Amino acid sequence: MRVSLTVNGVDRVVDGVEEHESLLHLLREHLDLFGTKNACEQGECGSCSVYLDGVLVCSCLVAAGQAEGGTVTTVEGLSDDGILDPVQQAFIEAGAVQCGFCTPGFVLAAHDLLRHVPDPDDAQIREALSGNLCRCTGYQKIIDAVHRAAGR
Amino acid sequence: MSYLRPTSWAEALAARAEYPEAVVVAGGTDVMVEINFGRLHPSALLDLSRVGELRALGREDGHVRVGSGVTYQSIMRDLPGELPGLAAAARTVGSPPIRNRGTIGGNLGSASPAGDCHPPLLACGAEVEIASVHTSRTTPVADFFVGPKRSVLGPDELIAAVWVPAATGPQTFSKVGSRNAMVIAICSFALALHPDVGRVGTGIGSAGPVPLRARAAEQFLEGHLGETGAWESRPRLGDAVVDEFARLVAGAAQPIDDVRGSADYRRHALGVVARRSLMWCWDEFRGGRP
Repeated sequence: MRVSLTVNGVDRVVDGVEEHESLLHLLREHLDLFGTKNACEQGECGSCSVYLDGVLVCSCLVAAGQAEGGTVTTVEGLSDDGILDPVQQAFIEAGAVQCGFCTPGFVLAAHDLLRHVPDPDDAQIREALSGNLCRCTGYQKIIDAVHRAAGR
Repeated sequence: MSYLRPTSWAEALAARAEYPEAVVVAGGTDVMVEINFGRLHPSALLDLSRVGELRALGREDGHVRVGSGVTYQSIMRDLPGELPGLAAAARTVGSPPIRNRGTIGGNLGSASPAGDCHPPLLACGAEVEIASVHTSRTTPVADFFVGPKRSVLGPDELIAAVWVPAATGPQTFSKVGSRNAMVIAICSFALALHPDVGRVGTGIGSAGPVPLRARAAEQFLEGHLGETGAWESRPRLGDAVVDEFARLVAGAAQPIDDVRGSADYRRHALGVVARRSLMWCWDEFRGGRP
């Protein structure tokens, strides 16, 4: 089937999408947007997080057809012409990135939190990031990064 | 494979009638997992996410009509005052992105014994509004589930909404799991006090083939509170009353051993959360009396 959607500000028309495919598959396999990671495919890890119509979602749990006519922002769409989003910059400065696989999902989840809660406390950060798994950092540097980004 | 994308409720019901074998998908948080893992190979997907009517909240005769497409996030944000038990349960589901997508109708439709909405809906005496192109009917949540992942929903039927009485007293939801997020309940328990009618509502999750009410516990507590005039005088509850309530809740469970926990542990944990739930709700009802 054909899926038409806006991804990172660009209108895209994608043909040959299988009806059972997820939005994650569409982004990675049809549009070559590899920033959105494929890990658990069951909503447990948050690596595939994107915005769909301004709402944070696990793209692995969205059928591609559900994004028809929608607006998607992936991690690639957060930076502006090479200028990183404050959340991305804070992750670098705080040392919140080790292997980097989970980072796009954490960045999206932190970005979403700070849109709604500009100056979150630790408990709010932990709840907002509770759907994202990191196996390297032990999370503390990620929480530090969110506090750092909150001031900007 | 067909991908059906109705944009109105009438279109959705027509599609359901025409494709009874279609798998219905709303938030996708259950269905897409099954598809991604190759456990489900539907001949058609019926996507309800564009049916705007299903996302509506309404109020009528002391009830909240929660459209089947209302997300956990909306329940948490919009209903904590009117439906505190359901709102508390919604907050325990998955993680923020899961709660942004998952819906109350999807939770009921999946009919998992572990569905987090089910215990508070049982405790509140909620009813499910079910429709097909031909008819519309409502069924008590207590009669909706017929087995693990099976409900009374017919092949041409869809869930339109859930009617939940607005709270008239304290309500709680407790969920036992290995962490606070991303957990399928090992067991769960909802309690609702209905002081306006002298009733007590309970719901047990993840400890039986279907979500269960602890009817003997409800009757015991209703009897005690009614006979002693406690709804009016609001005294402290004696240990014997709390103990008996907890024992009857644990006794109502029909748990099995599985990967998440043993039957014995589930029964034990239900007794503990039943005791705490009663103390929390009753303390709230007493409102700081000495």
